[in-house]
Amino acid sequence: MKLLVRGGRLVDPAAGRDGRFDVLIEGGVVASVAAEIAPPAGCEVVDATGLVVTPGLIDMHVHLREPGHEYKETIRTGTAAAAAGGFTSVACMANTAPVNDERAVTEFIVTEAARHGFARVHPVGAISKGMAGEQLTEMGEMAAAGAVAFSDDGRPVVDTELMRRALLYAQHFGRPILQHAQDLFLSGNGVMHEGEWSTRLGLPGIPGLAEEVMVARDLLLLAETGGRYHVMHLSTARCLELVREGKRRGLGVTCEVTPHHLLLTDQAVADTTFSTNVKMNPPLRSEADRQALLAGLADGTVDALASDHAPHHADEKDVEFSAAPFGIVGLETMVSLGLDRLVRPGVIGLGRFVELLTAGPARILGLETGTLAPGRPGDLTLLALDREVTVDPATFRSKGRNTPFAGWKLRGAPVGTILGGVPVRLP
Amino acid sequence: MNAESWHRKDLLGIADLSPEEIRLILDTAESFREVAERPIKKVPTLRGKTVINLFFESSTRTRSSFEIAEKRLSADNMNFSTSGSALEKGESLVDTALNLEAMSPDLVVIRHRAPGVPHLLAARLRSGVINAGDGAHEHPTQALLDAFTIRRHKGRLDGLTVTIVGDIEHSRVVRSNIHLLTKMGSRVRVAGPRTMLPPALEALGVEVHTELEPAIAGADVVMMLRIQLERMNRKLFPSSREYFQRFALTRERLGAAREDAIVMHPGPMNRGVEIASDVADGPQSVILEQVAAGVAVRMAVLYLLSGVREEEG
Repeated sequence: MKLLVRGGRLVDPAAGRDGRFDVLIEGGVVASVAAEIAPPAGCEVVDATGLVVTPGLIDMHVHLREPGHEYKETIRTGTAAAAAGGFTSVACMANTAPVNDERAVTEFIVTEAARHGFARVHPVGAISKGMAGEQLTEMGEMAAAGAVAFSDDGRPVVDTELMRRALLYAQHFGRPILQHAQDLFLSGNGVMHEGEWSTRLGLPGIPGLAEEVMVARDLLLLAETGGRYHVMHLSTARCLELVREGKRRGLGVTCEVTPHHLLLTDQAVADTTFSTNVKMNPPLRSEADRQALLAGLADGTVDALASDHAPHHADEKDVEFSAAPFGIVGLETMVSLGLDRLVRPGVIGLGRFVELLTAGPARILGLETGTLAPGRPGDLTLLALDREVTVDPATFRSKGRNTPFAGWKLRGAPVGTILGGVPVRLP
Repeated sequence: MNAESWHRKDLLGIADLSPEEIRLILDTAESFREVAERPIKKVPTLRGKTVINLFFESSTRTRSSFEIAEKRLSADNMNFSTSGSALEKGESLVDTALNLEAMSPDLVVIRHRAPGVPHLLAARLRSGVINAGDGAHEHPTQALLDAFTIRRHKGRLDGLTVTIVGDIEHSRVVRSNIHLLTKMGSRVRVAGPRTMLPPALEALGVEVHTELEPAIAGADVVMMLRIQLERMNRKLFPSSREYFQRFALTRERLGAAREDAIVMHPGPMNRGVEIASDVADGPQSVILEQVAAGVAVRMAVLYLLSGVREEEG
């Protein structure tokens, strides 16, 4: 099976390409990338004229909810949402039921994802058994089954000794530790950012310090242990500064930020009159934090954009703010939000945006995808920069409708993905 | 502004009221105040209207104040509190509210420990919703009755210095009072232990103090807040003894305020913790007048929100 993607503008930052290139895929892998490729006999041709072609986009932080919470999302609906949102790869977190803390669960996820074929799924294994923060998991077994990283996401690793051991042990398998950085004592029963708006609304706050204290601690550990440490959904200015400083000192530290932390602030809780669709963890932060994150995107401190796609059932979110679960969906809005609110106003260039969704996460997770070179997987995403869309949760492929971006009019959208040389067709 | 130009369906907080609306409620309350002095303390104003008091958090004084106000207006009222209710059987808040709505009440008075609950219900219900306290967010009728009491004593709100002392972070009374008093031209000072002051209070237009004496100096009104003793478990203060030493209103400390200063407390008081008994019972205390004002103010709010537009009967 051969596929030629012809006539588009290829943006592949890792390969240093931005221009008119054709991509030929054979047997699922890239055969060649060149200014003009004549279609070989029996080759399917995708006309990408007027479109931007990128290496298949990667969302390194999603919750697919299966096994255990299929009423929120399944691997099938979650990967369909990924494909609809322009992603060919996702990394899914371990907080399922049962927790992905052993090989059998990792294998189930990989097998189930392969059965549907909408996107590649890279499981993230738990750091501790049952995510209970006590005993290390069999990381070697899970890595052999396809786990690309380890994280107790949703439950920060509070036990300092466990974090130290995890940073050491994961090095045997070349895998990073992904931390949901939050000091649970400082965050307490908080439900939004601690600042002027929590004061006004009388809601218990989660101070930025809760995240910063944890990252500072972890970086001290990292300097001793070596290995690789990644801050998930980084949300504060000081946290970014800690990561920047860590990189300067040569530590193996990386970080990701989410579109919602880049585009919204804690004021949204007041502006939406306590909408539970602006409740997530870490919470939307201050405008100063938001500005710092935007600067971190531009100056290279931030390594990846990730959605923290967290579907919940409508009934779970239709409750009082304090009682609602944290999290919003993001797979089907991230690309348009980025193109319209980051690239179009010039916060970052298109190349940098693509890097944050391809080479950036691929490097962190050790994936072969993320750039198009002969022998690499034939995963591509097609983008239409001028397509106007209005975010409409009713059209989501995800089971989750919990988004604060409903009704946003955005210019720029994904129009298709190609997975291992096969155009993905959603039912 | 007069009752005819009142158009709100709900009273959710002071933050979104205009000074004119606040003045209208206070003026309306004046006209209801004398009902309490009649031998027969009842007017037919809300005859045939149904009010549901939905209290998800225990409350004696606010609930009884609303109940009396409703009865004096001749409304039919019904109390619904958490214990033994559907919520304890796992029904969602929205479902509970929709079930009540199916009984076609005209007004729903709600108290809940979560900020935003009255707003959530107001958006779903055709009935008017009155916030009787949502967590640490707002308690609008408390601020209105406080303002009513201050105005009766001082003749105005504009230009007064009002000091509020206590657990500022967890108090809905403070937030509603700050909004109301700053809108009406008072200077507001807040004071409390550093562990009980939330961030960015200055953004609300108040002066922030961490010592009691300078906060009280020259004040026209000193309002003490109830200290919830269970907060000791949350590392906010070590003991009621030490709290009393630093932050309680004693006769001696009250001397720093203006001679004609009044002392207020939203109740229930912890005597000997935030306020000394001789101050609570002293000549400057208007604490029981606040309770009386509560009934008049709540009658005014119920009347305005009910949509009834006849002059008091």
